[in-house]
Amino acid sequence: MKISLLAGSSPHIKGGENTQKIMRDVIIALLPAAVSSVIYFKVQAAMLILVTVVSCVAAEYAWCKITKKENAITDLSAVVTGLLLAFNLPPSLPPWMAAIGGAFAVIIVKQLFGGLGHNFVNPALAARAFMVASWPSQMTSWQEPGWDAVSTATPLEIMKNGSEAAEQLPKLWDMITGNIGGCIGETSALALLIGAVYLVVRKVITLELPLTFIGTVGLMTWMLGGSEGLFTGNFAYHIFAGGLILGAFFMATDYTTSPVTFKGRIIMGIGCGFLTSIIRLYGGYPEGVSYSILLMNLVVPVIDRYMIPKSFGGGVAANE
Amino acid sequence: MFKTITVMKFRGGIDPGNHKDTAELETVRMPLPSRVIIPMLQHVGAPCVPLVRKGDRVFVGQKIGDSDRPISAPVHSSVSGTVTDVRPIVYSNGMEVMAVEIKPDGLQELHESVAPPDCTDRESMLKAIRESGIVGLGGAGFPTSVKLSPPPGKTIDILIINGAECEPFITSDYREMMENPQYIIEGTKKVMEITSAGKAYIGVEDNKQDAIDLLSSMVTDSDNIEVVSLPARYPQGGEKQLIYALTGRKVPTGKLPSDVGVLVQNVATVSFIAQYLKTGLPLIRKKVTVDGSAVANPKNVEVLIGTPLGEVFDFCGGFCDEPRKIIMGGPMMGVSQHSLDDPVLKQTNALLAFNERDAEKPKESVCIRCGKCVAACPMSLLPLYINLNVVRGKFEETAKYHVTDCIECGCCSYVCPASRNLVQSVRIAKAELRKIAARKQGGKN
Repeated sequence: MKISLLAGSSPHIKGGENTQKIMRDVIIALLPAAVSSVIYFKVQAAMLILVTVVSCVAAEYAWCKITKKENAITDLSAVVTGLLLAFNLPPSLPPWMAAIGGAFAVIIVKQLFGGLGHNFVNPALAARAFMVASWPSQMTSWQEPGWDAVSTATPLEIMKNGSEAAEQLPKLWDMITGNIGGCIGETSALALLIGAVYLVVRKVITLELPLTFIGTVGLMTWMLGGSEGLFTGNFAYHIFAGGLILGAFFMATDYTTSPVTFKGRIIMGIGCGFLTSIIRLYGGYPEGVSYSILLMNLVVPVIDRYMIPKSFGGGVAANE
Repeated sequence: MFKTITVMKFRGGIDPGNHKDTAELETVRMPLPSRVIIPMLQHVGAPCVPLVRKGDRVFVGQKIGDSDRPISAPVHSSVSGTVTDVRPIVYSNGMEVMAVEIKPDGLQELHESVAPPDCTDRESMLKAIRESGIVGLGGAGFPTSVKLSPPPGKTIDILIINGAECEPFITSDYREMMENPQYIIEGTKKVMEITSAGKAYIGVEDNKQDAIDLLSSMVTDSDNIEVVSLPARYPQGGEKQLIYALTGRKVPTGKLPSDVGVLVQNVATVSFIAQYLKTGLPLIRKKVTVDGSAVANPKNVEVLIGTPLGEVFDFCGGFCDEPRKIIMGGPMMGVSQHSLDDPVLKQTNALLAFNERDAEKPKESVCIRCGKCVAACPMSLLPLYINLNVVRGKFEETAKYHVTDCIECGCCSYVCPASRNLVQSVRIAKAELRKIAARKQGGKN
């Protein structure tokens, strides 16, 4: 038998993980929230999800064709970006705006910086920031769940308006299930948490970043968020309102734009929580999750640079 | 008496699958090969100088190569016969070494020097161990006599016998534990004597419960030898990980186990020492697991050192599928071979032949910074950043990421979803850093 042997440096076997499988897991984890958004916001939500996903994938495909790069859509990362962006849009947004947002996320934020693994901020969040700047009123007009499209305020807006408006706050249970005004994918904490559990079980994400993020927001809003002095803040509302659950489990944990070490992730989580609380309590906007993550994205390279761990046996003294 | 110690869990690591399908296959002795090729360097250190010439008649156990350098181990003929050639051969890593090729005469006559060594004290015992040609049989191949003589001032209080065998596929150490447990215990006692260690732990992964039970039953009368069950997790048998698991001691960066009072020996090494002190027969044969998807009849084989790999595979029924990769050692840290004429070496513990499907690696894609390599690294390194800097040619930068502490276990490459060549780039970085250091040294002189 004539044989030709492959040579190569060890290891000679490899585990079954690949990028596509990870992205597929993220998509699966986002499905419960996608379903609940369609239940609450009907056709509008379904339309926005479809438009952003198609727009992201099409932009990725077109970019790879034009620049003669290897077709990257099979890694499914553009689908994830599309879903996350859709989740961050208000239900009444005209679909053409969503389409532009999707293309912006993939081409301007991701591909111009080198594509998957090279973007320095989260593409979906950067696109959302771009859309808020471009269409400020459409991006911040909210409606109640249901067919009637009755306009409403988000719980965070109500809280921002002061204590006299507090009786308008929805029940906490409605906030957990998502029966409130807000972006289509952020309202149902329950659906998002089901997805988050899936990601943790599948070892796609670890908990140190999301838990420190949410914990910091809870602590700071409890301490400083009340109208009757320290430690009277309504922290449960702050945790379940707005995009905190979505942001903490699905956006801040984005691999490319979060630190790779345990300590680094804790720093990022605390930083995100701190900035979110400051923006929500003292800033001009009622919601701060996306800007806090974007700001922390920018310092990730610095965090990784200064969080090089001691190697096993580093800093240990020998017997003399 | 039932004794237990707290086993520490080392950081990181992976579960690369067991694949120990040959575990219950008793070792069979392979008949004489048609020729043996015995390289002069089968250890870490200085190569030996051939002591025989073409045409010489040699005998089993005759020393055919030696070196006067401190870190070295002599080599012996595994057959009786005629030297047909003394010539350089090329190892798979590209290194050229001298080798003695011998055609066996089939008589297997013992050399006159083969006799139980006369050991009266530590010095004579160490001398005998050096003469036996023994090197670390766990795979590293460091001369055992050197390892057993720690630098002056260093005392060893704990001896660790490594029976972890954490690499997938390999079962040769397990067979040694099942077939020669008395020699393992005896060898352990001898090494304790030489090093004055007061305590010995024999660490075995819990996927080899039979070996744990058997060895435990044989040390019931000694208080200072303990068999310890270790969780099966790769690289449990890595020296630093094993020391930590059994003693809680961390070997400091750039230091040796003796710096924390520990000495580690492989089960096969101590078993050989016990047998050698009884018979005086040097290291001329080796237990080898032959397995893999291209091997017709996987076996545990006792092979004469120098046997060409092709003949070992023939003994195992040849290939049932076209072999595309042949590995000496385990799939995680073994070395891929470039020819079936390569010989079995002292530290060879497995020969694996993989077919096309198992030999092909997925294509490398971009790093998505998932951090799975960071979580898997048992040395707390950041493999992705080492790789990034190597790809960019910034080799000096890799030193900041402690690249020299890498034990090259391969966990990072195993888990990488982008199939990046992480540990492979570590090897490049280490080689480049050595060149840079040599250049700097050269500049000063």
